[in-house]
Amino acid sequence: MSEPAVASRSGAEREPGVASFDAGQFAGAHLTRARMAATLAVLGMAVIVVAVVAASFGGVHISLARALTDPLSADHAIFFGARLPRILMGAIVGAVLAAVGAALQALVRNPLAEGGILGISGGGAFGAIVALVLCSQSSGAATIVPLSAFAAALISTIVVYRLAQVAGRIEPFTLLLVGVIFNAFWGAAIMLVNSIVNFYFMHSIIFWLMGSFEAPTYREVAMVSVLGFVGFAVLIVHARDMNLLSLGDDEAADLGVEVDRVRRTIFVATSVMIGAVVSVSGIISFVGLIVPHIIRLALGADHRLLLPASILGGAGFTVAADLAARVAIAPTELPVGAITALCGAPFFVYVLRREGRKSLAS
Amino acid sequence: MNRTEPVALRVTNLTAGYGENIVLRDVGFELRAGELLAVVGPNGAGKSTLLRIVSGALTPREGEIELEGRPLAAYDRRTLARKLATVAQDNSVAFTFSVLEVVLMGRAPHLGSFHFESEHDLAVAHAALTRLGLVKLAQRPIQEISGGERKRVFLARALAQEPHVALLDEPTAFLDLRHVAEIFTRFRELCASRQLAVVATLHDLNAAALYADRVLLLKDGEAVAYGTPEEVLTADNLLKVYETPVYVGKNPANGAIAVLPAGVWRLQ
Repeated sequence: MSEPAVASRSGAEREPGVASFDAGQFAGAHLTRARMAATLAVLGMAVIVVAVVAASFGGVHISLARALTDPLSADHAIFFGARLPRILMGAIVGAVLAAVGAALQALVRNPLAEGGILGISGGGAFGAIVALVLCSQSSGAATIVPLSAFAAALISTIVVYRLAQVAGRIEPFTLLLVGVIFNAFWGAAIMLVNSIVNFYFMHSIIFWLMGSFEAPTYREVAMVSVLGFVGFAVLIVHARDMNLLSLGDDEAADLGVEVDRVRRTIFVATSVMIGAVVSVSGIISFVGLIVPHIIRLALGADHRLLLPASILGGAGFTVAADLAARVAIAPTELPVGAITALCGAPFFVYVLRREGRKSLAS
Repeated sequence: MNRTEPVALRVTNLTAGYGENIVLRDVGFELRAGELLAVVGPNGAGKSTLLRIVSGALTPREGEIELEGRPLAAYDRRTLARKLATVAQDNSVAFTFSVLEVVLMGRAPHLGSFHFESEHDLAVAHAALTRLGLVKLAQRPIQEISGGERKRVFLARALAQEPHVALLDEPTAFLDLRHVAEIFTRFRELCASRQLAVVATLHDLNAAALYADRVLLLKDGEAVAYGTPEEVLTADNLLKVYETPVYVGKNPANGAIAVLPAGVWRLQ
């Protein structure tokens, strides 16, 4: 797409100011490929550092060097048997939650959106719990539970989306309200199941409600990773469309976005991603809220950087939160969802108050 | 006026509405490259609806819209966005983009999904910012500038699109005298130099008289008059449409039609 410098239709005219134009004066005011590469490299290294620290500490301290070199050592067994799958799971789950949060926030044009707040995670958890209770005896439970989580997350998304439509258009604020109501509804439905099933399931249900990375298998890590990376690709392809959607649906359409198709695509992608995550780790709240928000404050709102940076930031944040969950009162483990919610709830209030002030000011 | 340029936009027998309500009935106009059409009329006359239909946001019940000789419906969204730019009345932005980033969004229809803005795109954005006197604000967050500045940012975004036709819904409603004059002067320059065709809805009849080649006067969704400002902005037409007496004279400074309220106000 190389065009002559500022071609005009009449061909003769030159724009005023083009001659005196110096790209340097715009440095920092827009995203360049170089800034994006440098930022992602730094974030990527930070994630690796967090992962190494998380691998070393825990109920027992292990030596990473020995774990990697001596296959007969206890360090090796702990690292490959427990720490590595757990760190990988924390990283991919956090990455998915943050990416989904960033995408949903763009879709509803509101920085308070997130898989949990829109009721998608709650739906997924309910699906998983019902499947677990009904199919616990069957041999296919390991497949049925995540499938049921997807299906419920997807259905939950569609219902929330439908209810938020006013005269054929999505009202972002209505969507948020409907989501909050649905989230409460799923919470109540899960409690109801909890109160009628036998004691045997109680621990599993608490696991889904609070979120945890207790003893993940490599198979689960692989499943979430495959779906997660496909989801990342779908979202990143639409990063520019998300920028344009920040101006409003009509404005995005005027700039060439096929709004309905993009909206549907992002909703399906995020539901599948949330379904996958919930089916292995339960509801881990607020990661999708905090991470994109901090990234936006630090790096700007351009989704071409916001999405990949949130993926890395979500991975690092969640692995760190899980480390805190493991070591805070070791050897007892806290549910990681409790840690993220403890950080997240005050943060949510902070964002609410900040947004409120901004809308009063404008 | 120059009526030899090719037709940029032709709207014929347009009827449209929302649900049961008919908002526009049998409206038509023809806009040639380089012309500025002002759509005027009271609140609720259907001005914004007309723009929404021409921008493709709303499908009409009946009637045809042709952009550069092709039916509007035959364009895909991206191709349309390279020819047609729209600036709505409300210009809200959800996140903290910089002014430059918002203007660069106007380049999106010219870029592939993985392309970053090139030097050329930056030069076009810079030129648009320069035209509207916004270069100094380029780095500022869009939330932290005034409403009038934000309106100009959105107009600059539309220019960065390098459209053939610009649809402006009340572009100067909240601007002060100086910026109203500047913005219309800038758009008239573009009409002359790039054959840009402009449709602007306006409440300001004097601005319509001064800057428009043609005026479309709407009332309750119907065209009451269509033609040059002299033909349309007559005391009779305006009394019929606004149901209030007006004085129509000539502005001695520039010879343009000038409209003043002619009602008599006195203490009872």
